[in-house]
Amino acid sequence: MTDTAIEAAGLGRTFGGRGRRSRRALHGCDFRLPTGRVCALAGPNGAGKSTLLALAAGLLRPTEGTVTVLGTTPAAAREQIAYVAQDKPLHPQLTVAETLRMGRDLNPRRWDAATAGRIVADGGLAPDAKVRTLSGGQRTRVALALALGKRPRLLLLDEPMADLDPLARHQLMGALMADAAEHGTTVVMSSHVIAELEGSCDHLLLLGGGRVRLAGPVDDLLAAHALVTGPHGDLAPHTVVESRVTGRQLTALVRPRGPVGAGLTSSEPTLEELVLAHLRAPDAPALTLTDAPEEAAA
Amino acid sequence: MVEYRIDRRSGVATYVQIVQQTKQALRLGLLRPGDKLPTAREVVEATAINPNTVLKAYRELEREGLVEARRGLGTFVRRSLGSAPADSPLRAELDAWADRARAAGLERDDVAALLTSVLDQHFPHDHGKGDTT
Repeated sequence: MTDTAIEAAGLGRTFGGRGRRSRRALHGCDFRLPTGRVCALAGPNGAGKSTLLALAAGLLRPTEGTVTVLGTTPAAAREQIAYVAQDKPLHPQLTVAETLRMGRDLNPRRWDAATAGRIVADGGLAPDAKVRTLSGGQRTRVALALALGKRPRLLLLDEPMADLDPLARHQLMGALMADAAEHGTTVVMSSHVIAELEGSCDHLLLLGGGRVRLAGPVDDLLAAHALVTGPHGDLAPHTVVESRVTGRQLTALVRPRGPVGAGLTSSEPTLEELVLAHLRAPDAPALTLTDAPEEAAA
Repeated sequence: MVEYRIDRRSGVATYVQIVQQTKQALRLGLLRPGDKLPTAREVVEATAINPNTVLKAYRELEREGLVEARRGLGTFVRRSLGSAPADSPLRAELDAWADRARAAGLERDDVAALLTSVLDQHFPHDHGKGDTT
């Protein structure tokens, strides 16, 4: 069994052929996501998040480079992948119960009826309610029940929490984490709300302008950066991601090289601070950190 | 069984919060040797935190000798914190001694001074060594 959930090499996708109207959504992406991780996929609108998820799910073909999923092609790994698109496509005329029965019929060997049923029941959804009568958040719940019921090894979720109320958000995030704890499922989820992913995700993939800006384990990425404040001065030799000067006061996010200079105070950023600084500074250099080997004691 | 309460705004790393709350439960006797800690699945389902964070906290507690992981069974408490529970024989002896001190006409401050001098004799330079978590 492979220990790599997704590996991209020079991966890219251009829409609209070669003409003037072609649009390059993703370009030259290299990263590796080990199995068993919960990965936050972040980036501004149009960064290529949905394109990347669709490529990994095998719904789009790359126009450059390759993407490998669970050691094989996305198409060959299809049975082991569950993908929930942003618009949560479901059959509107089916009832909740019929939708879950369809999930069972489509995944005869893997279907986990108990898990799927519990997720739907936790939301108080009536089994005979038609999907078209459900609210956006309720549809999300049914889509996630379908996805988890498939018992995938890789779960690809495009903005899964966007239309959920806070309680449903917490419940479903808990259900996702429980699934990851029990089955070692790899989860990739895109979101704009970074604070909401902090604590749940242990891996980050930040896209910007169709390229990888940051990739790696969250703890290592945070440790590789420092928020420094102090009197205005030279920040060399550190790599400066973003810096601001207010009066004589300097605030900067840097990748320290050696000790941070005297007179500056330094602290580790939060995940949100790290991502926001990179979003504000689109020209900052990219950084990819590879996973340290798993500790022996599990 | 303990229930962990994760405060994401506290600035304290999540795994440290789990370690601290477990130790607190051990000190208060809410967890005793032989008790089972909640499984990683149970913790993450309730808190929505990452499973690896729970495992990291449990590894830390195991490293400190407080719990042990039994394969396929779960994580169990090995020893409690605070080795002199309220009902120990040592406390009963001290209680009887305090009775005799009062009968001999000693005041609270006299007893405290006496106790401190004996403590200093038996536990030299031990001030503030205990863990502060």
